[in-house]
This record gives sequence, structure tokens and C-alpha cells, in this order.
Amino acid sequence: MEPTVARRIPPGADGVPNGQPLLHVDRLSKDFGGLRAVNGCSFSVRSGSITGLIGPNGAGKSTVFGLISGFLRPDEGRVYLDGDDITGLPPHQVFRRGLCRTFQIPREHASLTVLENLMLVPPDQLGERFWNPLLRPLAVRRQERTIREKAQEVLEFLTLSHLRDEYAGTLSGGQKKLLELARTLMADPRIVLLDEPAAGVNPSLMARIREQLVQLNAERGITFLLIEHDIPLVMGLCDPVIVMNQGTKLAEGPPALVRGDPRVLEAYLGGQYGAADD
Amino acid sequence: MSDVALIKSLLLTIPLAFLVFRALPAGLALAARLPLALALGWTVALGVTLLVPTGVMSYLASFAIVGSIYAVIALGLNVQWGYTGLFNIGIAAFFAVGAFTSALFTTTAPTGVAAGFTQQAFGLGAPFLVGVLAAGVVAGVLAAVVGGPTLRLRDDYLAIATIGIAELVRLVFQNERWLANGPQPLRGIPQPLVCLVREAGCPWLPAPIMGLFAPLSPRDYTYVYLVITALFVIVTFMVLERAVRSPWGRLLRAVREEEDAAAMNGKDVARIKLQAFVVGAVIMGMGGALYAHYMVAIDYSHFDPLYATFLIWVMLMLGGSGNNRGAILGAFVIWGVWTGAAFAVDALRPALAAISPELPARGPYLRLLLIALLLIFILLFRPKGLIGEERFVSRHSGSREA
Repeated sequence: MEPTVARRIPPGADGVPNGQPLLHVDRLSKDFGGLRAVNGCSFSVRSGSITGLIGPNGAGKSTVFGLISGFLRPDEGRVYLDGDDITGLPPHQVFRRGLCRTFQIPREHASLTVLENLMLVPPDQLGERFWNPLLRPLAVRRQERTIREKAQEVLEFLTLSHLRDEYAGTLSGGQKKLLELARTLMADPRIVLLDEPAAGVNPSLMARIREQLVQLNAERGITFLLIEHDIPLVMGLCDPVIVMNQGTKLAEGPPALVRGDPRVLEAYLGGQYGAADD
Repeated sequence: MSDVALIKSLLLTIPLAFLVFRALPAGLALAARLPLALALGWTVALGVTLLVPTGVMSYLASFAIVGSIYAVIALGLNVQWGYTGLFNIGIAAFFAVGAFTSALFTTTAPTGVAAGFTQQAFGLGAPFLVGVLAAGVVAGVLAAVVGGPTLRLRDDYLAIATIGIAELVRLVFQNERWLANGPQPLRGIPQPLVCLVREAGCPWLPAPIMGLFAPLSPRDYTYVYLVITALFVIVTFMVLERAVRSPWGRLLRAVREEEDAAAMNGKDVARIKLQAFVVGAVIMGMGGALYAHYMVAIDYSHFDPLYATFLIWVMLMLGGSGNNRGAILGAFVIWGVWTGAAFAVDALRPALAAISPELPARGPYLRLLLIALLLIFILLFRPKGLIGEERFVSRHSGSREA
């Protein structure tokens, strides 16, 4: 099954009533050689939520992101977006269904300017076809204007405007994280998977990213699933929080509940802690 | 002033006016820029034709022809490597396929006694432009066949595949006699518009226009062909500039910089790479066709990796990959160094003989040494080439548009 028709999603409306599952992964497994990185992991992300995905190093969080976004193919299990099976679709087709992701280590197009990094994103641009710039230069120019305006809006929203014409490769680590987020906004996504948005970002910048996530979630109805090691950030921002350990879901629930779960403490701090707590 | 000089200078005006046009400030209105370019171009052309001795002049013209052919191929490589980062080290394959395709399309298959000496798979006797287009199409198809499976894999596989295909293509043309006369040269490739310089003239051209060319003799054909190759460089350059400064070019550069991010932003990376690879190969194939019609007779040995792959890489490296002007500049500079080195080695013969009697015979290798040293110097001191990639490539996403 390979659906080819892309669905264009109007901004802010993801087509799923709030609270219903938008993304669902069902018994995902992935082996790397002899290592089982993800082991029968299932969870759902409700539409309109900011869901946190936490867990100790090596729990399989980033692998799950790779499996959802099409960079990796699961050995077992399925991924559903809005009820459609998207398992095994290549990343560009997953994107077209409204799912964007950022990378743990930012992957910017280094020798393109910041503006170009954003202008790249909108799908089905007229000028992406070799002949159109030659045969229909005016239509291409018109579309480029629209896209540039949108890119400038996004830059302004994320307070990156002053870096517009810089090479993306010269930005600081935190600015690159913002650029990753900016690119996802160029796409009007339904759901964004953020891989450690706070790692390497200074606290004041992080406060701003956090503010913007909340605003995007509230105003544009974008659902977020984020991997994060900064526990206070997750506890303050996310509801629910999903905890992974050894390739599978360990616990899920409101942050306060998850924080007190002895299994979670054990996973993070080792068996001794769990035992002592009894 | 003689009629010959006049007509020669008029022919030379075409490439020179384009260069002047490009050199004039872009802010100038077209109504001023165009006539100015034509006037200046013609002045230079006339000056050169009158002042430079005829022999030197026709040497320079044929130098410029080969330079232009290399420029076309370097432009093709620039699409693949400069903008998309595709490591094609089998340029010779597309070069050769283009050359032989156009040769087969435009020659007529020999009959009677001649058929015993020259074998070729077919000969359609088609016009020059049909041959050039066919060369582009066949080279493009070859690129799709090679690139289809390998572009999905890691970068190094394309390099392995292209170097293999280049050897394969050369060996096929060397050994398959039925195809294009095998180890023997395929001769008699028609020269386009050669009738302009012939006594009989071109029957399809109105007499008054034909009269203009009357002073030219057959050995002045170089000037006619120079105009053809120069026009080819100009058209290729303009088409590529358009394409590369558009969202299409942005896609290529994005894929070059970071494939995964491009994929996660909804771009079909494999398809983009294939497009760039095919577009580059089509241009290389057409460059090959230009080469065949200039040489009149070609065989497999023209397409060895030194002339047909390595030199072109050095040209793009020196000129500046990711810049179409750089590709053209590099082609002329390196071809100049390469041919100039031959003279230098000749001049050094007595000195070389003084060192060791065997040395003059090995002189040609000194050229290779020189080019290799040049390549090292480029990589060390000018890694982006003479004119590297600009910061604002896209027409509509630079700060100028704001």
C-alpha cells in the first residue's frame, strides 16, 4: 500500500478532534544487529497535546522517532497517523501527511542562507520543476514572493529576522535549534516531533522556545511530541508524559503521576532506588 | 580593410559582445547595455583581427573552440558536482556516448567498396542539430540507467559506478567494430554550416547573405565553428543560470548540504539527484557532439580518463564549483595551461637534454606534473576556486529582492 495523493492541511486544523489519537504506534520493534533498540513499543499521541517522551539514555526514544518519520523501517509493528497506516513510507511522504520532525543534532543546509533554508520547505513549489523557471518565470517569481513573505513571518515569530541572510552553518547551536523549529513551521504541520529541543540551548533562549511551543500549540493547534532530558522542562510543558525504558513504554500519565511512579525512578536511578523506596 | 577581416571580426563579435554584455553593470538599461556591448565587442573583434597575424589568430580560434567544448562539459559537471555534490568520475562515458551518437546520426553509412573499410551500426545523415539533440538524449538515458540504482546508495557507489561505466563505454567503442568502426576512427563527421566557406555556397541561404561570406575560404571554417560552440556555451550558461537560481537550484544545493533534512522537509532526494545527474549528463553528451563535429574523425582513444574526465575536474575545481561563470573560466584557463605547457616543454628541450639525454622524450609527462601541482595549489590555497559559489544564488531569495 503506497498512498500517493498528498493531503494539504490548512494551518491550525489537523482534522482530528482534540483529545483523539492523532498519532498511534502499535507494537513497534527494531533490531540493530543483535541489539533490540525498540521492543514492542505502543503509545498514542492525542491531538492538541504536547506529549513528552522521556527515558534514560538508550531507551530507544530517537529510534522511535526514526521509525515514525520514515528514516528507519520497523521490523515489526505499525505506525498510524490519523488512522492511516504510514508504516514504511519514506520521510518525504510522511512529511506530506503533516508530520515534521527535528533532529537531535541540528541538520541545517549549511551553505544556504537562513532565509533559503526556510524557503526550501513549502511543498510542490512551481519553480522546483526544471522547466518552470525558464518557461514561466513570472509565475515562479510570484510564488517565490509569497513563500518569502511567509518565511519572513516565521523568522519574525521566532525572533531570527536579524540572521536572515547569514549562512545557516554559522549560527550558534541554539539558533540552529530555532531554525529547525522554523522549518517545521514553514510546512503548516499537524504534528511536530522535536528531538531534544533544549539540548545545548542556553536557558534564556530555551525559555523563548518553550513560550513559542505553547503559543503554537494553543493558537495553531499543532500537536507536539518531544523527547527531552531536561526533566523540569518536560514536567512543566508536557501532558501527558510517556516514559520509555529498554525499548518499550514503561509508564504514561500526567507529569505529577509519572514523577512519583516507582518504576520510573527505578529505570532512571537503578534497582537500588526502587528497592529502597518500598 | 579587407572583406575577410570584416567578416571574421563580425563572427568574433558574437562571443565577445556576450562577454562585454556580462561585464557591463547590471544596473544599466537593456537599451543601453545591448548596443554598447555590440559596439565594444565589435571594436575588440576588429582590433584583434587586424592586429594579430592570421596564423596566430586561427590558432587562437581553434583554441577557443576546444575551450568552449570543455566549458560546456564543465558546466554539465557543475550541475552534478558543483550544485548537487554528485561525484561523477566517469565524465568520459557521457562525453564519448554523445560524440559517437551525434557522429552516427549525422554521417551516412558507407556503401559499396567503402563499406569494407568502415563499419557503423547506422548512419542517418541527419542535420547537425538533430545529432546534438540525440547525443544529449542518449547520454541522458545512460545517466538514468547508471544513476537510477546507484544514486539511492551512499555517495561512493556513484563514483564506482561512473568510473566503471566510463571504462566500459570506451572499451565497447574500441572493440565493437560494427558499432562505430571499432579501433579505427569513424571519419567524415559533417561540419555544420561548412557550406558558408565553400565555393558552391549554401543553396538554402539567400544570395545576398551568402555573398557576405564569399570572402571566406575553407580554412576560415574555424571562425564559423567558433561561433557555433560559443553560442552553445552562451545558451547552456543562460539556461543553467535560470535553473540554478530558481527553487530547482535551491533543491539541488539543499540535497548537497544535508540529505536527511531535505527528505524530512518533504523533498524526494533520490529524484532530485537523478534529475541533476541526468541534466548534467545531457549537457556533457551535447558537448561530446560538439567535439565530434569539430574533430571530423573520432575514435575511442579520444576519451581516455585524462582528457575526458580528469582535466574537466581540474577545470571546475580551479574555476569554482557551484558557479557557472567559474566553470567556463576554469575550462579556458586550464586548457590554456595545458596547451601552453606543451610549448613550454618544447622550449625547455635543450635544458632537459643537458640534465639527461632521456629527459626530452619524457617531456609530455611534465605537463601532467604541472597540472597535478596546479590542482594541489588550488586545493591548498584556493579551495573554492577562482570564483566560488555566491552567497545569494537564488534570484528571489537574496536580500536584493527585499
